[in-house]
Amino acid sequence: MQLTVWTYEGPPHVGAMRIATGMEGLHYVLHAPQGDTYADLLFTMIERRNKRPPVTYTTFAARDLGKDTAELFMTAARNAYARFKPQAMIVGASCTGSLIQDDPGGLAKSLGFSIPVIPIDLPAYQRKENWGASETFYQLVRAIAGPKAPPPGTKRAERPAGQRPKCNLLGPTALGFRHRDDITEITKLLGQLGIDVNVVAPMGATPVDLTRLGDADFNVVLYPEIASQVASWLQRIFHQPFTKTIPIGVSATREFVREVAGLAGVDPEPVLAAASTRLPWYSHSVDSTYLTNKRVFIFGDATHAIASARIASEELGFKVVGLGTYSREFGRDVREAAAKYGVEALITDDYLEVEAKVAELHPELVLGTQMERHIAKRLGVPCAVISAPVHVQDFPARYAPQMGFEGANVIFDTWVHPLMMGLEEHLLAMFKDDFEFKDGALPSHLGTGHAPAPAPAAAEVAVALPQSAPVLDGAASQPVPAATAPSGAVWAPEAEKELLKIPFFVRGKARRNTERFANENGVATITVETLYDAKAHFAR
Amino acid sequence: MTVHVTGCSTAAADQLVSREIRTESGQREVFCGLTGIVWLHRKIQDAFFLVVGSRTCAHLIQSAAGVMIFAEPRFGTAIMEEKDLAGLTDANDELDRIVTQLLARRPDIKLLFLVGSCPSEVIKLDLSRAALRLSQRFSPDVRILHYSGSGIETTFTQGEDACLASLVPELPASTDAKPSLLVIGSLADVVEDQFVRMFDALGVDNVAFFPPRKSTALPSIGPNTKILMAQPFLPDTVRALEERGAKRLAAPFPLGVEGTTGWLRAAANAFGVDPAKFDQVTSPNRARAERALAAFKAELGGRRIFFFPDSQLELPLARFLSRELDMKLVEVATPYLHREQLAEELKLLPAGVALTEGQDVDDQLDRCRLARPDIVVCGLGLANPLEAEGITTKWSIELVFTPIQGYEQAADLAELFARPLVRRAKLVA
Repeated sequence: MQLTVWTYEGPPHVGAMRIATGMEGLHYVLHAPQGDTYADLLFTMIERRNKRPPVTYTTFAARDLGKDTAELFMTAARNAYARFKPQAMIVGASCTGSLIQDDPGGLAKSLGFSIPVIPIDLPAYQRKENWGASETFYQLVRAIAGPKAPPPGTKRAERPAGQRPKCNLLGPTALGFRHRDDITEITKLLGQLGIDVNVVAPMGATPVDLTRLGDADFNVVLYPEIASQVASWLQRIFHQPFTKTIPIGVSATREFVREVAGLAGVDPEPVLAAASTRLPWYSHSVDSTYLTNKRVFIFGDATHAIASARIASEELGFKVVGLGTYSREFGRDVREAAAKYGVEALITDDYLEVEAKVAELHPELVLGTQMERHIAKRLGVPCAVISAPVHVQDFPARYAPQMGFEGANVIFDTWVHPLMMGLEEHLLAMFKDDFEFKDGALPSHLGTGHAPAPAPAAAEVAVALPQSAPVLDGAASQPVPAATAPSGAVWAPEAEKELLKIPFFVRGKARRNTERFANENGVATITVETLYDAKAHFAR
Repeated sequence: MTVHVTGCSTAAADQLVSREIRTESGQREVFCGLTGIVWLHRKIQDAFFLVVGSRTCAHLIQSAAGVMIFAEPRFGTAIMEEKDLAGLTDANDELDRIVTQLLARRPDIKLLFLVGSCPSEVIKLDLSRAALRLSQRFSPDVRILHYSGSGIETTFTQGEDACLASLVPELPASTDAKPSLLVIGSLADVVEDQFVRMFDALGVDNVAFFPPRKSTALPSIGPNTKILMAQPFLPDTVRALEERGAKRLAAPFPLGVEGTTGWLRAAANAFGVDPAKFDQVTSPNRARAERALAAFKAELGGRRIFFFPDSQLELPLARFLSRELDMKLVEVATPYLHREQLAEELKLLPAGVALTEGQDVDDQLDRCRLARPDIVVCGLGLANPLEAEGITTKWSIELVFTPIQGYEQAADLAELFARPLVRRAKLVA
């Protein structure tokens, strides 16, 4: 068993629901107990969809367990088939459904429907949401596009001269972080290159559309967590190459343009020359100088975490102090990326471990998921969301892609917004006793009053993070009593006071460095002198 | 899929109005009892709720708890993994390890609920034995109890029933010869305080509320305890209390002016309060509530309303809306109907109202679309899809999270139903 407070991913059948709900004309019959229909809310409330998800649940209850739950499943499947008349159906079980071992696949086959019925077997006690989505998409494509596969050994026919190249966009699903607008942005970009989109799948596709996947010249994988399995299969069976670059960020988008142009046999240079993105200029303008080496912690799914680290480091000039993912399947990729920034990757799905890491690293900005929002709020650190899981506010009404050149504009605004603006930061460092612009106050442009950020009491943090020493500072209004550093060195009151003169958002880092310095140099009492010795020592 | 229409066949038939009730089975679009944790953890401030279940259970609570995830949560999930399913002894050891880890992390916890889920019930993990075993280990600092919030056994608010019923054996025995009043069901703190003032004014002292705000302040119970149900979904709790000698007072539920008056009167009668005094104490509040309600009568009167099953609050709500605001009831569905405890409500409901126990959601949606009601009370899984079809909805979960009981909240309750209609009328784009 694993003690869980918050989970980064749902169970795998929620992944299957994301595929079914993203598509049209596909129905999902799910053997699940009463109550599992809560998952409908993810789509009707968080994503604000205007239709019920195409999912029929058997919703068995305790009284049914003594009877024939298999019959219950067959009735539900029969009714769903008659009522919704889908082009294809997927059947499976939720975590409890799988315990009663009714074999939904076999039962559905025996009903003799005249449409493809695809059993989706999801190990609910081993795997999670993204794996479920990937597996469902894969089984679906195999079953529906498979029969159209060319005989083994045949070569892909050359595209007739004069015909525009076309590709599939693979990966976007229901409940995906900004999938809706990423599709639009990338379709536009491909159009500028003279490349047509054959099928976007799963989002918006019907089972009939999936039969046409083989018609494209190549595949664009937007979200490897969902689509890399399908792309590999299509490459093997239909000889379609697929893209490896994820077009999030300016450099990555440029690379992506070159990659697809290569696959399509078109010239990328006119598009690259005409590309308009404001991020590079905004980031070069002197107003952004203060962003240099801002310490940033990044966590999310592997795709968004890796892309974000690159943007943070190369395009915004931040310093990546932590990088991690909950996508264990892509742990290797994230480790490789982390090595580039000289940090060790954090591969975990344990929220408390992430919280402890953020507390330890003292970043000035956290880029993460909805869960990191809670961590950042608790620790009083600015935060922006870069990846699912997300809440309703990250399914915005406005156009808000992450991908392509417009995506880079969105990212610049989103990430810089929570940081204190330059002038305010300077003035706070100079004058601490202003009655309105207080030490540790929220940046005033965020508008929520100027009261000090609600820094948690040290005891509270200690309770939440038993493994790590609470290194968080209170606001100036509640000076920290002469604390004992983990090393054993004791802070002299004057040094403690001097520490409070260091700007709020870097103070935690300064405290930790000073304690480390004291520890390494056998200093028992940390004085003002020790503080400045440490400052000089670590200044590089 | 199967529909039986039966008359009401309880022994105390003369007490009840004989009504046709459709019982329906099929796909249910309801929450499981685990959802009760979302408000119970706030009500009992020193309790922790540890669900023993799957990732689905953890995901449910996370999705249902919404913005509350910002606080230091007093609930969590022990997620069962493949290896826990292999052998039961392992699972018990694992549970002990997790509880020890949890209690070390949260020394402020005085009461720990091990909450059963569908997976733990299906594999028959004996959580009551585990609770006993762990109680012995952590006594007297922490009391450890068990109840099931699984979907296969409980629907939404029934989770509270199961939780409170598990707490009943812990209540101290009362030897007091003086009668006492026990109000059961979670109420908003403000509502609880209003009722305390009201009982004081009536001269009914010795009033306690269950659940209490702290697990260390459990009310005592005995043969002289009178139970007044503040929520309709507590049959098991009532049964457990009755087994300890307490007597339930028959009353409608304190929704609206009439419901609140009937509810208070049941207590007043049981405690021998002079009817003149009752009128004198309650009439200012009644008059004030009626004045506040008048504004909503114009908005809601004559409107047709349809209830999907959700919380078991549907019958009392329908009674309030039809009798005090002149709304027309198209269909009133409830996940479970306890005919005896709802008898006072059934008497007050207008004749001929279509009552449904259970659900087949697709069939019910067909009936709803055909009837084109002015407003539909339903869960969030149905609300936006129905709005997109042009049908105004009031999402039902809010009724469990809002102070709606008592005189001072009567108009607030009406406003919850008026707001979606006002909104639809306002928006032109």
